[in-house]
Amino acid sequence: MSSVAGERDFLPTAPIENLRLRAALLEAVRAFFRDSGYLEVETPLLSADATIDPNLSPFVTRYLHGNSELYLQTSPEFAMKRLLAAGHTAIYQVTHAFRNGEIGRLHNPEYTIVEWYRVDDTYRQQMGVVEELVRHVFMVSRAKAGASKERAQAFTTSRPFGRLSYKEAFERHAGFDPLTIGLEEMPKIAASRGTVPPPGLAADDRDGWLNFLLVEMVEPNLGQNLPEFVYDYPSSQAALARIRRDDPPVAERFELYIRGIEICNGYQELTDCEELRERIRECFPDSSSTMKRLLNSRLIDAMEAGLPECSGVALGFDRLVMLAAGAESLAEVMPFPFSRA
Amino acid sequence: MSMISTSDFRKGIKILIDGRPYLMETCEFRKPGKGQAIYKTKLRNLLDNTLLDRTYKSDDSVEGADIREGKGSFLFKDKTSFVFMDANTYEQHSLTPEAVGEGHTYLVEGTECGMIYWNDRLIGVMMPNHMVLEVIYTEQAPRGNTATNVQKPATLETGATVNVPAFINIGDKIRVDTRTGEYLERMKG
Repeated sequence: MSSVAGERDFLPTAPIENLRLRAALLEAVRAFFRDSGYLEVETPLLSADATIDPNLSPFVTRYLHGNSELYLQTSPEFAMKRLLAAGHTAIYQVTHAFRNGEIGRLHNPEYTIVEWYRVDDTYRQQMGVVEELVRHVFMVSRAKAGASKERAQAFTTSRPFGRLSYKEAFERHAGFDPLTIGLEEMPKIAASRGTVPPPGLAADDRDGWLNFLLVEMVEPNLGQNLPEFVYDYPSSQAALARIRRDDPPVAERFELYIRGIEICNGYQELTDCEELRERIRECFPDSSSTMKRLLNSRLIDAMEAGLPECSGVALGFDRLVMLAAGAESLAEVMPFPFSRA
Repeated sequence: MSMISTSDFRKGIKILIDGRPYLMETCEFRKPGKGQAIYKTKLRNLLDNTLLDRTYKSDDSVEGADIREGKGSFLFKDKTSFVFMDANTYEQHSLTPEAVGEGHTYLVEGTECGMIYWNDRLIGVMMPNHMVLEVIYTEQAPRGNTATNVQKPATLETGATVNVPAFINIGDKIRVDTRTGEYLERMKG
């Protein structure tokens, strides 16, 4: 390690009071789910299955005497859905997720994820669960010595969190309807703002353009006064969420933003196995090994057997602690981020 | 020059944009929801010091700029430019006052500088943060008024003017911060 810190690299990057807060909030999360009737589960970090999201890169490894690749989970989604298919009704876990190549102020390749599912809940009901959880966590944070008044005020408001659709978020902050806008309009909007698009952004990459304008124009304004949900995403960004056949269709997904930072991702879960197969075929090039693996995954088998209607949420625990601590980067609330792992 | 991909983006790398060299001052990794990674960067133009915002996505790459650092010293000033000499090659290079930066008014012959070359052309220097310079003119402080909080202008040997405490006299040597133009202390002896 050639860092300036040199021999001091053994030290944690997070101050001890932040690690104390982290421990208290971890307890608070567990208490919240226990009291809400969720069962804590543990599933393998190392799995033969990996994500369907083509924008995620898993860490790949092998068993010493095995032939096939194994993956460090990018989330416990597959395994937890297998538990739901086997009869569980309300489950949660606090575990580690791994995402190769993702590093920055708000990203660490290994991080702590809180993920939960409840059968028969809708994604709208689960927005309520997220709101209760986040309130509970900030209440515990405020009660801890060291939580500054200013910070506490910002998060302990009794006003309901904001809720706006993806369409409304773009209309409010970027001035256009993201579901219907023509491809040729988005470069003009970027130009009128004086922002230069990424050089490799193809003219026909609709989701790429939406993503770029989301980061440039929308995200920085989200959740600035009050935590704010964004819901009903373009159907092309559904991942494993159910698509509602509105005109135009939308993916029943939501995210929570606090001060421009994305905190969680929730779905009305896709339960139709045939539709999942179609999405896998669309996402990955013909007969690629990834496509074959996904089509043979145990998630497919579980959904074939019957995944009950349910909603699930994945939440970035480190980011929540960061906000509660008034910190600016994940390194301030993790003992050993990637550079010191 | 080689291409630098987004995965190697970090503070301090030097890249070419529209044929001009830039220093990456910040790079923020963003990855919204289910989308591709986006890198938001702030870039400093190494020729005119202006700031530029640029956004990249994963798989983008940019051309690296051939920036080299060396050692040298200030030789003299002519009508339009400042002339420096490389400590290894003894080659002379000139810079405009703007390219030298705010600190150019504190340069004296022989001042050692870091030299910044782009494609072997001198584009900037790194001056010492502090310089010791002689006061060649300042008003005599009124008798009895030697309080340190009263400031007056003083002209230095290089022609620069700085605010100094009332007790400074012509012929004194003072230490000046070349980044801010602030008086720091009077040298003894």
